[in-house]
Amino acid sequence: MESHSTEILLRWIVLIPLLGAAVNGLLNRKLPRQVAGLLACTTVGISFALSIVVFLRLLGMEAEHRFLTDTVATWIGYGNLSVDLGFAIDPLNAVMALVVTGIGFLIHVYSLGYMAHDQGFQRFFAYLNLFIFSMMTLVLGENLLMLFVGWEGVGLCSYLLISFWFNDEANAAAGKKAFIVNRIGDFGFLIGMFLIGATLLPHLQGGEGLFSFQTLQHHTDLLAPVATVICLLLFVGATGKSAQIPLYIWLPDAMAGPTPVSALIHAATMVTAGVYMIARMNFLFVMSDTAMLVVAIVGAATAIFASSIALVQNDIKKVLAYSTVSQLGYMMLACGVGAFGVGIFHVMTHAFFKALLFLGSGSVIHAMSDEQDMRVMGGLKNKLPITYWTFLIGTLAIAGVFPAAGFFSKDEILWKAWSSGHHILWGVGFLAAGMTAFYMMRLVAMTFYGQNRASAEVKSHIHESPATMTIPLIVLAGLALVGGWIGWPHFLGGGAWFEAWLEPVFSGGHAAHGAVVHSAGEAHVAHDVAMEWTLAGASLAWGILGLGVGWFIYTKKLATADSFKKFAGGFPHRVLLNKYYVDEGYEAAFIRPGFRLSKTVLWKVIDAGVIDGLLVNGAALVVAVVGSVLRIFQNGMVRFYAWSFTIGVTVFILYLSFSG
Amino acid sequence: MEITLSHYLLLAGAVFTTGMVGFVIRRNAIVMLMCVELMLSSTNIVFAAFSRFHGNADGHVFVLMNFAVAAAEAAIGLAILVEIFRRRRTVNVDDFKTLME
Amino acid sequence: MSFINDHILTLVTFVPLAGSLALWTVIRRDGLARIFALVVALIDFVLSLHLWFHFDPGRGDDQFVERFAWLLSGEVTYHLGMDGISLVLALLTTFLGPLVILSTWSAITKRVPGFLGFVLFLQTAMLGTFFARDMLLFYVFWEAMLIPMYFIIGIWGGQRRIYASVKFFIFTMVGSVFMLVGILWLFFQAGSMALTDFLNLQIGHEQQLWLFAAFFLAFAIKVPVFPLHTWLPDAHVEAPTAGSVILAGVLLKMGTYGMLRFAMPLFPDGVTFFAPAISILAVIGIIYGALVAMVQPDVKKLVAYSSVSHLGFVVLGLFSLTPMGVAGGIFQMLAHGLSTGALFLLVGVIYDRRHTREISEFGGLAHQMPLYATFFMIATLASVGLPILAGFIGEFMILFGTFHSSTLVHAKLFAILAATGVVLGAIYMFWMYQRVFLGKLSNDKNRNLPDLNLREIVVLVPILVFIFWLGVQPGFILDKIETSVEHVLAPLGVEQHHESQTSESHHARILPAGGTGSPNFVVLEAESH
Repeated sequence: MESHSTEILLRWIVLIPLLGAAVNGLLNRKLPRQVAGLLACTTVGISFALSIVVFLRLLGMEAEHRFLTDTVATWIGYGNLSVDLGFAIDPLNAVMALVVTGIGFLIHVYSLGYMAHDQGFQRFFAYLNLFIFSMMTLVLGENLLMLFVGWEGVGLCSYLLISFWFNDEANAAAGKKAFIVNRIGDFGFLIGMFLIGATLLPHLQGGEGLFSFQTLQHHTDLLAPVATVICLLLFVGATGKSAQIPLYIWLPDAMAGPTPVSALIHAATMVTAGVYMIARMNFLFVMSDTAMLVVAIVGAATAIFASSIALVQNDIKKVLAYSTVSQLGYMMLACGVGAFGVGIFHVMTHAFFKALLFLGSGSVIHAMSDEQDMRVMGGLKNKLPITYWTFLIGTLAIAGVFPAAGFFSKDEILWKAWSSGHHILWGVGFLAAGMTAFYMMRLVAMTFYGQNRASAEVKSHIHESPATMTIPLIVLAGLALVGGWIGWPHFLGGGAWFEAWLEPVFSGGHAAHGAVVHSAGEAHVAHDVAMEWTLAGASLAWGILGLGVGWFIYTKKLATADSFKKFAGGFPHRVLLNKYYVDEGYEAAFIRPGFRLSKTVLWKVIDAGVIDGLLVNGAALVVAVVGSVLRIFQNGMVRFYAWSFTIGVTVFILYLSFSG
Repeated sequence: MEITLSHYLLLAGAVFTTGMVGFVIRRNAIVMLMCVELMLSSTNIVFAAFSRFHGNADGHVFVLMNFAVAAAEAAIGLAILVEIFRRRRTVNVDDFKTLME
Repeated sequence: MSFINDHILTLVTFVPLAGSLALWTVIRRDGLARIFALVVALIDFVLSLHLWFHFDPGRGDDQFVERFAWLLSGEVTYHLGMDGISLVLALLTTFLGPLVILSTWSAITKRVPGFLGFVLFLQTAMLGTFFARDMLLFYVFWEAMLIPMYFIIGIWGGQRRIYASVKFFIFTMVGSVFMLVGILWLFFQAGSMALTDFLNLQIGHEQQLWLFAAFFLAFAIKVPVFPLHTWLPDAHVEAPTAGSVILAGVLLKMGTYGMLRFAMPLFPDGVTFFAPAISILAVIGIIYGALVAMVQPDVKKLVAYSSVSHLGFVVLGLFSLTPMGVAGGIFQMLAHGLSTGALFLLVGVIYDRRHTREISEFGGLAHQMPLYATFFMIATLASVGLPILAGFIGEFMILFGTFHSSTLVHAKLFAILAATGVVLGAIYMFWMYQRVFLGKLSNDKNRNLPDLNLREIVVLVPILVFIFWLGVQPGFILDKIETSVEHVLAPLGVEQHHESQTSESHHARILPAGGTGSPNFVVLEAESH
């Protein structure tokens, strides 16, 4: 009885936020603001509480049997295609569920303050709740198709929230761009699912859920021959959702949405869905070295590419956005080198510190009367003390300073990259880590140190944010500081509890590749500890160096920054500032030719010209010509008709009588 | 002299030719209509004659049917002509070219 | 009760016709005509619910059969029957009927009784087409659909209505003529017009190809399959809202229904021979329709071209020759009927207010008409196939069915190409939505537009509810059609899904002749070697 009641909680974790979304969405302006806000926060809070209950239940179970499932109904049942509307939880998505509902709850609370004066207050919370619903469907979905439902659902919410202030056409365009770029990724995801389905369908017994993760894991041997293709296709989906090269372009634009949205969706939760999906499908990925290598390379490339762009951006949210892209690259790198658990660890710590940083930037923007350009900020340290101190903690965390959360996860990723033999990828990641520390300190310096460069009007309004906004900041700062300790590694005398918790998920399948990585780690344990110490020390020093340089240049030696801008005719700076002109390149390569083709060739030439003009009107023309010839005989003279009739009949009769 | 089938056919042929020639050469629409009636009558004669000589009633049936058709045709034709005369003050078919439209 | 059971199909089919006769003869006042037509359509819907609840989904053959001699000495019969496929499409028709009539309340102001009479007449013709099991009867209903549609576009249409209605008429007529020749040929072979007798004929290979081509042409024009689609945008743009809704909602499905009911089971050799070519046309239609939709300046034309794209999916599903693809095709017919029907209704709402549909005339409407914008968003999402809305299930099953089809050559390639339509769909729909609803409310003419009124909400809500319902519980439809699909596909010898475990080796793909139909059915892959 006890067990049953826990399982049924899974559906309520997902559905309660939907209830909030429905009430807020349907009643909208009719609902008083306080009620709407309270309702939205409560539903997510309940979800969080339920997640904790389920988590505790899992904790009480044996490590190998930590798995609960809740099937609501059959969704698609046709022939031997059977897909359930069902939810399941194991250590992996338990972590995700806690992160999503927990951070989600904090950001809901923060939004109470941040959105307090907005006209679309109720609509905002309806969307936010809908997002939690979709994200939890994604996370708790029992099969790949349910994951896809959530996947598309969060895409929709992202669209709705990015273009939330749709009065500005740019926001609307950014939302649309996000949705469409994600759809391109989904295309790959969809084909990947078809390939899985088509491979398995002939072998399934009736009633076995086709896309259920259990089924997939059970039949990895059948999927092995096509594993590489499947994994690469699924990874296309992940590049869309998790903003990897080449589909990352939507995420920086997505900052058009309200800042809590950037924090929740475009930093902490939704964008990590791709990483989660890959971790979820780890049993397939480990079968394909090629796919793993592609994931790792794309991850590392994205990490350094995005952090190089972040070096020169002036919009506070743009810096954080590219930082997010870069951090997602790290997570992908982790997955690619077979360290799925570490990838998820970084998902969690990143959620803490990046949500913190975004909310902090939101607090700054709020104080600066919606200004986002760091060039007119500065000197906010004393005016926004809570924001400043929490932001600083977030910065230390992302830079990987011991003992903040980022140190443990990032270091672990780099260590796994190194120890699995991917030394070049380690180098790339290492370089990017230094850049990360640098641009984050640049951000802090430009925002909080020095003199305030804003206009007097703005200056007079600068104030610390209300409690609804600062409390979440403080909570997140705490998490960013100590949240990484659950992954305290062995070589520092910890228990690496986080890895142990996820262990059953990632060693369950036929994890051939993963096992190799793992045993390699075990075998050279003595040699490795020394190496691990060295690398950890190096990266800690490197991070502090990055911070130091950033602090030095942007508080003491601004001339150095200017001289960099002028370096080589300003060309490198211009390229970075314009994000390597990737958007422009896509525009020129795909979008404009596509439109021109559609408009001039397909519509005007083929549709109107060839089909309608040539074929349809051509046929009509033939009829018309024949008609005009025959018309000559139709002169309206009755006696002419009579004569031709008579002559015709006579000739006919004569012919009959002489031919017979 | 015994009256044979050929006599009937000859009579019918004569009536038909009269009607046909009249239809072709006359311009007065009423006369043309009468000529059409003549041609119909000639077929009636043929039907009746064959019916008599073959000893079954099929031909008679057609004759009756023909009467009905002829009556209807004459009625409609005359009605049209009356209408045309009201508008045009003529029944000369050479003056009507609106059929072309 | 047994009287109702015995004659329910006749009742459902002809109640609207009785209504239309009354509208044309005795009812003169506009208000009365509207209420009367609505009541008739509602009665018909209620009657059709009887079918829904008394239908036995376990049987694949026809139910509620009515049959008696009609012409000649019994070779031509009045023969109605209904299987799951007919059931769901007929329900779609009777469901949309009252909503369509309600939507014309303020849009149609001239010759109201005449218009509503034509709508009801069309209802009868469409229902008859779905129920007819005698080929001549089918043909009569099929052609009868043309007449009211011709007048609806030609009298109540937009500025180029004559051009559009004549184009519509001629296009459809051309196809039907070939089908009529085919029907007559079959009639002389079979000695009866009954579909079952046609199905039992042994037709030579060559003849099957010709006959399939003749039937397919008629249906392909109706669908419409690329490149026979150019009548559709014109017809949609000129037709009044109600006409567009019926056209997109039900009329287009006549083509795909006809393929499934007649062209495919009657001529398996033709299917095998032409399936690759048809699949190519379907894929072209999907991509081409989407690309052309993208650049349309007129919202209604955009939706019209999107229909070309969506119906391409249906055709692809049918000719994937897998039960799942076919079922997905039928599901997509319904989903498209609902989502595109809703879109046309919504376009009609704004046209009623502004008398234009040019995208450039709008922008920022969401400020002025938030409820309208929300409804439009939901319809848009359904159209682009977002999961848990109806469109997703259909597209997913079609693409998946096609992808794993073992009978169609290059099936995987077709599925992949077709799946790009999913991306393109998002592009054209969201771009349009952005330009119409988002941004600033720039055009002063849009400044005082009222939001949806109660009547419009009443029209739209049932459709949107079903869009959600079918997306969450597709079994609602799939359970009804599963057996019927197998039954219809039996003559094709299509691999049935519960036998599919056995097709392990590559050679096992050459299937034995299935069912009653064709002894010489050879699977394409075998031929291509």
